[in-house]
Amino acid sequence: MSTETTQAAAATFAHAAAAERSALALLEVRGLTAQYGPTKVLHGIDFAVGAGGITTVLGANGAGKTTLLRAVCNMIRTGGEVRLAGERIDGLATEAIVRRGVGHVPDGRGTFMNLTVEENLRVGAHARKDRAEIGVDCERMYTYFPRLKERRRQQAGTLSGGEQQMLAVSRALMLRPRLLLLDEPSFGLAPLIVQQLFEILKAINQAERIGMLLVEQNAAMALALADHAYLLETGRVVMSGSAQAIRSDEQVRRSYLGY
Amino acid sequence: MNPTLDRRKLAGVVVLLVLACALPFVIANYRVFQLTLVLAYSIALLGLNMLTGFNGQISLGHGAFYAIGAYAAAILMDKAGFPYWATIPIAGAVCFVAGFLFGLPALRLEGLYLALATFALGVAMPQILKHKSIEEWTGGVQGIVIVKPDAPAWTGFSQDQWLYFFTLAWVAILFFLGWNLLRGRIGRAMVAIRDQPIAAQAMGVNTAMVKSLTFGVSALYTGIAGALGAIAVQFVAPDSFSFFLSITLLTGVVIGGLASISGAFFGALFIQFIPNIADEISKAAPWAIYGIVLIAFMYVMPTGVAGFVRIVRGRLARRRGAPALR
Amino acid sequence: MNQLLHQVLSGLATGGIYASVALALVMIYQATHLVNFAQGEMAMFATYIAWALMQVGVPYWWAFAITVAGAFVVGVAVERIIVRPVENSPILALVIVFIALLVIFNSVAGWIFTYTIKPFPSPFPAEPLFGNRFMSSHEIGSMAITLIVLLLLFAFFRFTPLGLAMRAAAQNPVSSRLVGIRVGWMLALGWGLAAAIGAIAGIMVAPTVFLEPNMMGGILLYAFAGALLGGIDSPSGAVLGGFIVGVLENVVGVYVGSELKLTFALVVIVGVLVVKPSGLFGKVHVVRV
Repeated sequence: MSTETTQAAAATFAHAAAAERSALALLEVRGLTAQYGPTKVLHGIDFAVGAGGITTVLGANGAGKTTLLRAVCNMIRTGGEVRLAGERIDGLATEAIVRRGVGHVPDGRGTFMNLTVEENLRVGAHARKDRAEIGVDCERMYTYFPRLKERRRQQAGTLSGGEQQMLAVSRALMLRPRLLLLDEPSFGLAPLIVQQLFEILKAINQAERIGMLLVEQNAAMALALADHAYLLETGRVVMSGSAQAIRSDEQVRRSYLGY
Repeated sequence: MNPTLDRRKLAGVVVLLVLACALPFVIANYRVFQLTLVLAYSIALLGLNMLTGFNGQISLGHGAFYAIGAYAAAILMDKAGFPYWATIPIAGAVCFVAGFLFGLPALRLEGLYLALATFALGVAMPQILKHKSIEEWTGGVQGIVIVKPDAPAWTGFSQDQWLYFFTLAWVAILFFLGWNLLRGRIGRAMVAIRDQPIAAQAMGVNTAMVKSLTFGVSALYTGIAGALGAIAVQFVAPDSFSFFLSITLLTGVVIGGLASISGAFFGALFIQFIPNIADEISKAAPWAIYGIVLIAFMYVMPTGVAGFVRIVRGRLARRRGAPALR
Repeated sequence: MNQLLHQVLSGLATGGIYASVALALVMIYQATHLVNFAQGEMAMFATYIAWALMQVGVPYWWAFAITVAGAFVVGVAVERIIVRPVENSPILALVIVFIALLVIFNSVAGWIFTYTIKPFPSPFPAEPLFGNRFMSSHEIGSMAITLIVLLLLFAFFRFTPLGLAMRAAAQNPVSSRLVGIRVGWMLALGWGLAAAIGAIAGIMVAPTVFLEPNMMGGILLYAFAGALLGGIDSPSGAVLGGFIVGVLENVVGVYVGSELKLTFALVVIVGVLVVKPSGLFGKVHVVRV
């Protein structure tokens, strides 16, 4: 087959995949804008996360990645449409969005410093009605992250950066969310820890079919984990496709992967 | 600043002064007495406004400085035989020192903590004034009675009229000095400290000195007001200077407008006359009104009456096509 | 020696009252970084309600329960209706709103119930328990009630999910929203609890200081002193501070004279704020420039 036909076939396939994904989309965002005061940071972006899929949003500092996650949770002034499993959630208060099953691991981890590790986990389950299962879930988090079990009664503020990251992820998982938002989970962590964390995220995604939207600066690791990727530059999506396609793209390799 | 505006403002002030001088001759003596108190309060409110409005240091205890000024005047006249006019500058000086000294430890306190400390000062003051150890000076619970000064024979004024003009003279002097201070370098430093304390310090403003001085000057003004008020009322007693006096002063500043000089008069009019009207309803009514007014102003008119006047004048000027007022 | 012991024990009883009010203050401070200057007057007003209920024949403990529950509701209402609209205003505006509340509660109480001093009944017997010479039954009883309340609160915050949510909301509202906590309602709940605690304190202290609109003024000042001494952002510190201030107040009163008690509170407040603003057990805040 000629290159054109291959490309055409690939494009059709991508479209079909996108359509299929749209139909089952866990999170669908159209025309999302966001601003801090008078400064517009996102200029109308579209993206989606498939049910049980992992989508990553890449970009340099200042591209608007953290803003994107904050906008999904309505933590800042936003415009546009945000749908969670078909239901509009833009305009709802942050805590109401969370209660519909959106876990958010924020930028900077957002640890409750003066609560113990165990209390951080329990507070993560605040929105749940099934009180009995909470203890079971705590134990499950401890199997994913044994380091947390050792420190369960310690004040969370005394944990190292990597441990706080694990705690933040666990806390969000305690919600038993349908969708997990992760804001630069690799930030400030040693590469080995990042690898472990991402392996666990993959395992959780496969075992529990939790959809994930991962915002990352560390493009290599993110593209290894995700199945779909978007590239964000100064508040606009400049490229989107399967993680595989993005990873092999010449431009991306040069600008973001360094080879 | 637009020179036409300056002349207009100056003309306005002159007209007001002339009116103020004419008033005592056309109204009853009792009203003259009430207006004298309004003038005294306006000095106190300007003092408090300097500290809280311009410099951003919250004081919930300024009644204490009013009390110190009042007692200074009373003690000097009653126990040391000073003439009434000599007590005013001394009361001011005493209060300046007191304010400066209180301001020194207060340097380390911001917003809420300063409010707490001054709250404690305001609440504790009456008890301090009643204490046995200073009773022979302060007259204890009964307080001190002051003899009302006579007007000089050549004027032909009544006592009330003379006191009115005496107080008016002090108002003119103190407001002029205050206005000069606030629009000069120190005034700008005060506002800078209020709005951006760290930047102000980084730019070389001696924050500690300015803040302590502001406390001192603020206390000086309020103390002079207390002295003038005491002479007009002819009486000082500890329970006249309870915590509710501090609240009264705070209310006056809020109503008149924080960081506004002319607002002092609006506020003073309010705190003098509202209780008189409200008292008819019940002893408790004036305070309930103060409370409701305070909350209402915080919601609706945070810049006070003077700010409201400014906004209205701005709108009118724009409609006439004149340049917008500052 | 006996005199000193009596003063200390008596001081512990009043210290319990100060500790309760101090705790109410700290609860609101932790969540909002603001001190509710109106705490004392709200407690006084609640005490008047209890008195009024008893005047129409409601038995003591029923009046107690109704008043405390009512105070809780009023506390929630005050937060939602009056404080919430201005919650993002500069600190001066908030201080003014609290002072305004103080004035309103005080004056409305004076208006409805007049300023005449009224006696307030104690639920405890007049004779000292076991014939002891150190503490009256009321002092022991009020201390017991105070301790029970404090323990219940401690258990609530430590062991219940709602208590955990309230602690989280006070510490870190942003992260709390991200776990689905309705931070606004947690705040309102805090106000409700603080008002309820204040009501209990008022009812317990009224038999001793007699019921009149200005009865809580001095107590509020001591509670401030206790809260600051123990650490304005540490609940257990505030409680301890309250007890210490109670004992010191009595001891100072014996040796220096009782007319200077408020001045003593003033000295403690200014002293703590100047020497160690974080108090004995509070956290030192480093301001990053």
